[in-house]
Amino acid sequence: MTTFWFIVIAFLWTGYFVLEGFDFGVGALLPLLSRSESDRRQVLGTIGPVWDGNEVWLITAIGAMFAAFPAWYSGLLSSFYLPVFLVIAGLILRGVGLEWRGKVHSRREVALCDAGIVTGSVLPAFLWGAIFGNLLFGTALATVLGGALSLSVAVLHGAVFVALKTTGGVRARARRAALLAAVGALPVALAVLPSVPGMGPVWTLGTALLAAAALAAGVTLVWGRREGSAFVATATAIAATTATVFGVLWSAPLPGLTLAEAASAPYTLTVLTWIGLLALPGVIAYQAWTYWVFRKRLTAEVS
Amino acid sequence: MDALDLARWQFGVTTVYHFLFVPLTIGLGVYVAGLQTAWLRTGKEHYLRLTKFFGKLFLINFAMGVVTGIVQEFQFGMNWSEYSTFVGDVFGAPLALEALLAFFLESTFLGLWIFGWDRLPKRVHLACLWAAVIGSNLSAYFILAANAWMKHPVGYEVVDGRARMTDLWAVLTNSTALAQVPHVVAGSFVVAGGFVIAVAGYRILRERGLRVLPGRRNAPAVQDATVPMRRLPDMWRTSLRAALVMTAIAGAVVAGTGDLSGQLLHEQQPMKLAAAEGLRHDTAGAPFSIVPGVEVPGLLSLLSAHDPGATVQGVDDIQARYAKAFGPADYIPNLPVVFWSFRVMIVFGMATAGLSVLGLWLTRRPRRQRGGTAKPVPGWFARLCVLALPLPIVAIISGWLLSEIGRQPWTVQGELMTAASVSPGVSLGEVAITLTVFTVLYGVLALAEGVLLVRHVKAGPELPPVETAPAGPAPARPDEARLTPTLMY
Repeated sequence: MTTFWFIVIAFLWTGYFVLEGFDFGVGALLPLLSRSESDRRQVLGTIGPVWDGNEVWLITAIGAMFAAFPAWYSGLLSSFYLPVFLVIAGLILRGVGLEWRGKVHSRREVALCDAGIVTGSVLPAFLWGAIFGNLLFGTALATVLGGALSLSVAVLHGAVFVALKTTGGVRARARRAALLAAVGALPVALAVLPSVPGMGPVWTLGTALLAAAALAAGVTLVWGRREGSAFVATATAIAATTATVFGVLWSAPLPGLTLAEAASAPYTLTVLTWIGLLALPGVIAYQAWTYWVFRKRLTAEVS
Repeated sequence: MDALDLARWQFGVTTVYHFLFVPLTIGLGVYVAGLQTAWLRTGKEHYLRLTKFFGKLFLINFAMGVVTGIVQEFQFGMNWSEYSTFVGDVFGAPLALEALLAFFLESTFLGLWIFGWDRLPKRVHLACLWAAVIGSNLSAYFILAANAWMKHPVGYEVVDGRARMTDLWAVLTNSTALAQVPHVVAGSFVVAGGFVIAVAGYRILRERGLRVLPGRRNAPAVQDATVPMRRLPDMWRTSLRAALVMTAIAGAVVAGTGDLSGQLLHEQQPMKLAAAEGLRHDTAGAPFSIVPGVEVPGLLSLLSAHDPGATVQGVDDIQARYAKAFGPADYIPNLPVVFWSFRVMIVFGMATAGLSVLGLWLTRRPRRQRGGTAKPVPGWFARLCVLALPLPIVAIISGWLLSEIGRQPWTVQGELMTAASVSPGVSLGEVAITLTVFTVLYGVLALAEGVLLVRHVKAGPELPPVETAPAGPAPARPDEARLTPTLMY
């Protein structure tokens, strides 16, 4: 049961990184992909209906950790106090920026919202990688490299998503941005990914290799203008990287803490399992439906 | 001053801020969904305009509820790691359920509603809003069930220094939760009702060229950009009356469940009850003190035990009993804060309910004239509506202060004290940084929200495309030609 819940939590984090990963990338790229207000609306329109739902994956992951592994939840959040605080501050700025952007009046206020969106996307995208890098290795270098990896892959993932969801100038710029992001992401990935599995179970070597391969495939596919497949590839890369990280964390989710020590009692885990098994497929179904409703590419506004 | 004090301030500040926005989200969401339902059923244009107008105000506020809520999910672990480790097994479950069953529903379907106006069939689009609104209300239930457990822990045992859940159903049907949920949710409807009443009152004044404070006049109403709407049915009167009904009903529920909560306090949290009343010693036939020195004999016993002769425990005697049971410590919460927040809650809450009843009477349709034109809303009452805006907000915040400060010094009544709940590894400096940034950031954002809301209320609803829109319900097929969702819906 403990193992099962660890997998559930790894799954929730994976969902979060895959989904919010492109939200962060889109937010970070906002000024680079846009030449006009119409472009900016097009770029943000790609994530408009979905980003808030994507963010709930984080809230659920954190809530599930609280319920299933209280000591892990409290240990992680209190020991990474300031980084987690900065993540939250970033998410606050981004959320308000995205929601209020269409409701403010002047250009200056729109620019303020955009600043919030960019800051609130770059900051958490970097910090999550830094937090997990530090958790795994505990060194400053790992912290910086982890952050660089998560930020660059998020930017790549977001650029591919924009290229997939738009037309015209924005789409062309998104494709170029994806290729540029790949120049940053690939070397970092090659530096980081091989070193992670050394500490974990054998299968993490496989997921690390898969992550690297998927990332390379994603870049190739962007080059070949096959954005749909490229998006699947970058999503796979993020999922495989997350799986690798959690594979290593399995033996010790925090230094000096085992899963068994951190876990809630079997009763709690059992009831939560039943509710989760009933509810989660529904959540996935209606979130998938959202993407289906908004499946069309966005064109520039004709005004 | 140590990390514990600052962590408590941080929790108080972030939670009260969060609770400024959330009640409005809970109540206003239902109100907007009701308007959209009315539009779909009647096809009347002014319901659509009201839906869009209040929908925009709802979304401006919704953003703040969401972002201030993120902090809540994290700060138990950040500042209160000892608490989280002790209670996670029980307390974490409703939080996880809240995210899984309520937040996903709320945020996903709200996204569909905002961007789906042109893409979804009308009924499906409305169903999305209802789903989001149900999510908001469901989240209130789960978080209040978790909160109720802190005040009246049930369905658990303590094993190896950690609370272990033995019965989830007991946690979710905790008597404290069942009294608290309708109390807080109905209170949220009063807040939202008060908000709509103030907005509608303002628009009524504005369209007559009147100002909120009497004696001054606006420019003639003819120059008002929102004047064309006067050709439509009196939409502000409609929206005002709907809000008055909502507030009056919710106010009655608040009063009834408040009475129930009082009885539960008598059994479960005698210290809070005694502190709220300033009752120092165990008293048979305890009086209810209206303000210090003015007392109604026997009323407290009557209210809390439904028996005017019943004994109500007093602060000092409970302190002595707790010291014997749990060891020497100070078990008395901040008495003046608890005492006065109780009174402010009651007076301000009842004033809001009273306002709504008065408004319903003033705007009634006389029996003989039924079917004829109703009397216009009196100008002085419209002014009162605007000026009363702070009342329900102050009332609900006071209720929260009463509830949570009255719980001190416990985080979990009888099991864990606040002083033992704080994160041991987090330094004073770290808490000081986060407390400062959150307070400033929230302050700036709350101000920005206020400015945005006022601006949108002043601007009024967008002018209707009367010439192009058909009067009846528009065709149900989504407009496939329009590919760009506008960010302003």
